[in-house]
Amino acid sequence: MVLNCRHVWDRISDYIDGTLDSSVRADVEKHLAHCEICSAVLDSTRNVIILMADDRVFELPVDFSKRLHARLDLVLATESPEPL
Amino acid sequence: MTTPQAAAGARQERETALIAAILAGEREKFHDLIRPYERQVYLTALSLVKNETEAEDVAQESILRAYRKLAGFRGDAKFSTWLIAITLNEARTRLREQRRASFDSLDDHDAVEGDYTPAALTDWREVPLEALERQEIRALMRQAVADLPDAFREVVILRDMEELSVTETAETLGISIALVKVRSHRARLLLQKKLAPLLRIEWKGKTKSGILRRLPWF
Repeated sequence: MVLNCRHVWDRISDYIDGTLDSSVRADVEKHLAHCEICSAVLDSTRNVIILMADDRVFELPVDFSKRLHARLDLVLATESPEPL
Repeated sequence: MTTPQAAAGARQERETALIAAILAGEREKFHDLIRPYERQVYLTALSLVKNETEAEDVAQESILRAYRKLAGFRGDAKFSTWLIAITLNEARTRLREQRRASFDSLDDHDAVEGDYTPAALTDWREVPLEALERQEIRALMRQAVADLPDAFREVVILRDMEELSVTETAETLGISIALVKVRSHRARLLLQKKLAPLLRIEWKGKTKSGILRRLPWF
């Protein structure tokens, strides 16, 4: 099947996740091979996903862990988990 | 070599042992149980409440709740799934308390078909991980995530930031796998549309190719 650009955009997430059927995947790849626009959309979407997974984007607040464990200490010292 | 499955199995065994010990009275072991998930809990809270101070508060409350309800955890789900479900609950309760009736209409977002045009740029081939060294790039990305509709933001945070599988995301949010896929796709494309031009502009001084080609119709 010959895909147009919109068809490819609709499948870009599944393409990146590797969940397309092999025949659809082949059609997408055929389109990507000659379409610079869709190749760029693919690259930039993939790049955004890679950046999103980077821990530096959303850092824990300074001393988050320290405050959490201090609060936990107070509770652990005085409470047991509730019985079922 | 350790396979991912073996590593996951070992982690689960360790957690099961920790939980048994905590319930038997070694309460301080809860610190060890929770440590690997602090970040995940915080991000999950932040995906809904959007404000850092409040997200920290929700994260702490969720973790305390997990401790108090630990006897109710049954080993048929992963501990992380259970913990994240508690966090989502806590964050939603918080939002309900605060929010007037102005909800994002999820159905509308899911119903929109085929009206998306991505940002078409041909010069962003390399992953600009170094760009993240810069505070303003991180702020742009946080803002783009914060601006997503709630239903999309939840999915993209679990899938692409916490790197849960589609199935795990569906289980955690209590929605279908198909809906996870649709929302994750839309969210990624919205982020691409918003971020690709911004990152490219921030980035252009450093590109190797240096050729900025805008498409005629863009």
